[in-house]
Amino acid sequence: MLTEHEIKEIEKEIALYPVKSAACIEALKIVQQHRGWVPDEQIKDIAELLDMSYEEVDGVATFYNMIFRKPVGRNVIYVCNSVTCYMMGYESIYQTLSKKLGIKWGETTPDGRFTLLPNPCLGDCDHAPAMMVNHDHYNRLTPEKLDEILEKYK
Amino acid sequence: MEKPLTQNIKSDGSYCTLDEYRRNGGYEAARKAVLEMEPQQITQTVKDANLLGRGGAGFNTGMKWSFVDISDPNVQRYVIANGDEMEPGTFKDRMLLEGDPHQLIEGMIIAAKALQATKGYIFVRWAYKKAHRVIQQALDEAYQAGMLGNNIFGSNFSFELHLHTSVGRYICGEETALINSLEGKRANPRAKPPFPQISGLFGKPTIVNNVETYCNIPHIIKHGPVWYKSLSRSSEGGTKLYGVSGRVKNPGLWELPLGVTIRELLFDYAGGMQDGYKFRGLLPGGASTDFLVEEHLDTPMDFASVAKAGSRLGTGTMIVMDDQTCPVAFVHNLIRFFANESCGWCTPCREGLPWVEKVLEKIERGEGTEKDIDILRFHTKYLGPGNTFCALAPGAMEPLQSALKYFIDDFYRHIHEKKCPWKHE
Repeated sequence: MLTEHEIKEIEKEIALYPVKSAACIEALKIVQQHRGWVPDEQIKDIAELLDMSYEEVDGVATFYNMIFRKPVGRNVIYVCNSVTCYMMGYESIYQTLSKKLGIKWGETTPDGRFTLLPNPCLGDCDHAPAMMVNHDHYNRLTPEKLDEILEKYK
Repeated sequence: MEKPLTQNIKSDGSYCTLDEYRRNGGYEAARKAVLEMEPQQITQTVKDANLLGRGGAGFNTGMKWSFVDISDPNVQRYVIANGDEMEPGTFKDRMLLEGDPHQLIEGMIIAAKALQATKGYIFVRWAYKKAHRVIQQALDEAYQAGMLGNNIFGSNFSFELHLHTSVGRYICGEETALINSLEGKRANPRAKPPFPQISGLFGKPTIVNNVETYCNIPHIIKHGPVWYKSLSRSSEGGTKLYGVSGRVKNPGLWELPLGVTIRELLFDYAGGMQDGYKFRGLLPGGASTDFLVEEHLDTPMDFASVAKAGSRLGTGTMIVMDDQTCPVAFVHNLIRFFANESCGWCTPCREGLPWVEKVLEKIERGEGTEKDIDILRFHTKYLGPGNTFCALAPGAMEPLQSALKYFIDDFYRHIHEKKCPWKHE
């Protein structure tokens, strides 16, 4: 079930578009904001609310890499793995993070604190290598800087 | 040197507020366009300025606008800003979005008047969180000051502008995929024709322009096409945001006259290569442009000259490859990106890019054969222009086909030595 709060927020989005289904991405964003990811049941709820089929909503949800269809950690680390960061050494950043946290790409620490994901170019190429943790950008990374950054996220 | 696009960008990282923007003459061009100019007159002015689209395609912006039928006042028309900056190596629109949001809004108001569009969207990629905050604040300021909403500047023209923040995927930067995404759908590109100018967002006439493109508009309206063209060193109008990344001494972003040479950018602005690194080649305008090498360093960075040299100006943000980077690994990284970001809609792109990726990986691992080079060459034709639904796969083939031209010896070394010569283990 969607919460009343979620429904209210989604309905506000529906009002902005000429067709209900146009609010689909916003609805997925709203659910994820409240729950951290989008479970099957809420795909069904969104489909009902927007007069769409389950498959249509899931098709949209699984298309976009920033909609999570399985649970993620309390904090998500996005390491840029595109070409400039490759030349400037993102692999050592990944190796260090992977070792420190004991997880590989796509995995979550057993305590649920971090999920580690690769991400295409973050637009920080003149300060590469770069990564994001949740909404925060970090650049000119070196393996030595990582402890201090990770400390900020509990 | 005049720098209209970045004149308001502050070094402390804060954005240029409405008050500051107005103090510097901001919104005078929008006021003039809304109150004193006819739509066709605006479009003609932009056309005369020879402003070429800054997203990478380099099409004349005024010409693009002129394809929109504005005769029926009852038809809903849209203007959209493409701020889905995800081309690897590209970081130019970010500066404009975060630093001078009102310049973008003003450009879009003028475009809206020219196209008689009463609704607009600013589409910004998910990673640019600061830009989300800044654009939303600037939109709120503009609404409160009567520059957006009903009867803007006290005229009978109304324009509503909203921010849409994306949820990922490179393909959203393709304008018809972006439109599908705004409609809440999977971001698969649409068949063209019809072009968005005829049938775009919700089937209505729509113009999608890059963020940097819109940011040029207020200056063209304020100072005219003659002035605008005088900013450039080529026949293409204006200044351009140029970027350099890689192992150079001073990577960065600069607003310069269109047509500065690669050599000037690389040595005068980016400071040349870092000590201990030598120049091998560069992609002039993002991941989906052909390599240029030493012999091309005196090429002016304008659309026509870079095309003549065998590449594309693209986004104007160049990626420099040094001698300690393996060209096969470099191209493999690019192709992996494109294979991941293929929307999966058309078969050549969906199946071909992962194939190319696997072959490159195999060569990089030291297990490639000479036949693999033929397979790569075959794909550069098969995934080239005309064989796929959109420009993603042909774009992906540009760095590959040029790497096979300029760095073919390095590919063969991997095959003959049965290892990557750059890996010392």
